[in-house]
Amino acid sequence: MSIRRFALATLASTLIAGPVAAQTLLNVSYDPTRELYSEFNAAFNKHWQAQGNEAVTIQQSHGGSGKQARAVIDGLRADVVTLALAGDIDELYKLGKLIPQNWQERLPDASTPYTSTIVFLVRKGNPKGIKDWDDLVKPGVAVITPNPKTSGGARWNLLAAWAFAQQKYGSEAQAKEFVAKLYKNVPVLDTGARGSSITFVNNGIGDVLLAWENEAFLALKEEGGDNFEIVAPSLSILAEPPVSVVDANVDRKGTRKVAEAYLNYLYSDEGQRLAAKHFYRPRNQAIAKDFSEQFSDLRLVTIDADFGGWKTAQPKFFDDGGIFDQIYQAR
Amino acid sequence: MSSATLTASAVNNAARRGSALGRRLLVISAWLVFLLFLVLPLFVVLTEALKQGVGVFFTSIFEPDAISALKLTLLAVGIAVPLNLLFGVAAAWCVSKYEFRGKSILVTLIDLPFSVSPVIAGLIYVLLFGAQGFFGPWLREHDIQIIFALPGIVLATLFVTVPFVARELIPLMQEQGTQEEEAARLLGANGWQMFWHVTLPNIKWGLIYGVVLCTARAMGEFGAVSVVSGHIRGYTNTLPLHVEILYNEYNHVAAFSVASLLLLLALLILLLKQWSESRINHLKARAGEE
Repeated sequence: MSIRRFALATLASTLIAGPVAAQTLLNVSYDPTRELYSEFNAAFNKHWQAQGNEAVTIQQSHGGSGKQARAVIDGLRADVVTLALAGDIDELYKLGKLIPQNWQERLPDASTPYTSTIVFLVRKGNPKGIKDWDDLVKPGVAVITPNPKTSGGARWNLLAAWAFAQQKYGSEAQAKEFVAKLYKNVPVLDTGARGSSITFVNNGIGDVLLAWENEAFLALKEEGGDNFEIVAPSLSILAEPPVSVVDANVDRKGTRKVAEAYLNYLYSDEGQRLAAKHFYRPRNQAIAKDFSEQFSDLRLVTIDADFGGWKTAQPKFFDDGGIFDQIYQAR
Repeated sequence: MSSATLTASAVNNAARRGSALGRRLLVISAWLVFLLFLVLPLFVVLTEALKQGVGVFFTSIFEPDAISALKLTLLAVGIAVPLNLLFGVAAAWCVSKYEFRGKSILVTLIDLPFSVSPVIAGLIYVLLFGAQGFFGPWLREHDIQIIFALPGIVLATLFVTVPFVARELIPLMQEQGTQEEEAARLLGANGWQMFWHVTLPNIKWGLIYGVVLCTARAMGEFGAVSVVSGHIRGYTNTLPLHVEILYNEYNHVAAFSVASLLLLLALLILLLKQWSESRINHLKARAGEE
């Protein structure tokens, strides 16, 4: 009996204590940003308090980008979302009406404070001799990439492969055939980019990991990272992971001011430097120059110029019955 | 020992040798499987956890996110298990002491959580209480958060652990029948007295056993809780979820340290289980003698 009373008392105190505490901000993000935001949050809090505000508790949630967007639509009370691609944030408008349609116009650079690209991570010495995208479709090469249905990185991966094939072979039909062949070489689809990295790095599965550039660098930095090397393909895609305030939630919680300040701080010099430190390509060109040694100079296609934006690419490639379903079911 | 008895036992042994060999092989293979699939992994968890020394092990365990995960886990268990205890006793009572239509269906339904995948259990609650779900708009209007918060985690834990207490009690109470209760009633006991002085002492050890199993499952639940958790660090991550997060952050030592904490709790529960089980057998044996 007393255990029950204790439990109820604890429950009550948690429920009551919840909203009374100082302002909290929930940042719902995708997989590879864990390290970036744990450092950025501390930096922002310092900056925020220096401006005479009370400290804010910043909570983090990470997972596959699509999965995270789904959770916010289902009621996870994110104040800001920092996801892997605009298509996932669009869903917050389309399915949940949580943000306005023009959300991407509210911050500079299409609301994308930092960019990245897709590179290959291979095992030391590159035993399978993987240099470019066409090496991935060779028989006997096991490619690790997450599931494009749940992972944003996986969608950038597929589009980068597609862009390469289309430039090399010319037609869309050939690009489709190429990508289908590539996915025949994928033994396992994890739900998020981090899951795939763990599959490749820790579990030792696969010959090549298609990875966010920042995620690949991070893997090199970790224990045992010298067992891997990064290969930059001849062409890749400019991956633009955007950010947005979730209007419906901040207006409800009264956190709009701090949420907006938080996202704006990503564009500040310190925010940009932190992004670069965690291997994201900063938008600020002066700071990008300081880190230019770190990033290989790649030919990059963009989602807007080459695929007509996510509003076209998402239904065409990734929605039910789209190109991914066609090639993956035909396996 | 005389030579006559020696020969007799030798003959006896020869006759049994065939089956003895088979038995020994069986026992050895059982032990091998046990060592390979249970003991070895546990050992690996502990060695990984202690790889960088006891200091790192304790820092990982006392790190704020780990502590809050532990608190959340214990809180969820502390709410779900007592509720299941009440439900389990009520359901077992109902099934074993009364006859009614649809009884077999009810008994089958109690088992439902055993057969439904935990992921589906989690999704059921998202569909019911999520913002897009059945009760979503009403909950939002009243500013009540169920999923991605403690209530959702408790509900998911409740769902997967519903059968444990009831399943343990139903056969026990059916076996005992209703005579003792009837006698108590005839002697003038009211319902509560009857339950407290007659029924409860009879089912005490079975009840404890059921609660112990229920607790173990509630603490370790991953799938259902993962769906409704929202994975907010330090807030809605239970211990099993926290272990996964640490592992995904290349933080092996911390992941295995927290895992071994979970393991320790499990071993504690196992001891409790062993003890209650031996009590049950003891009582049964005594009942047999009478």
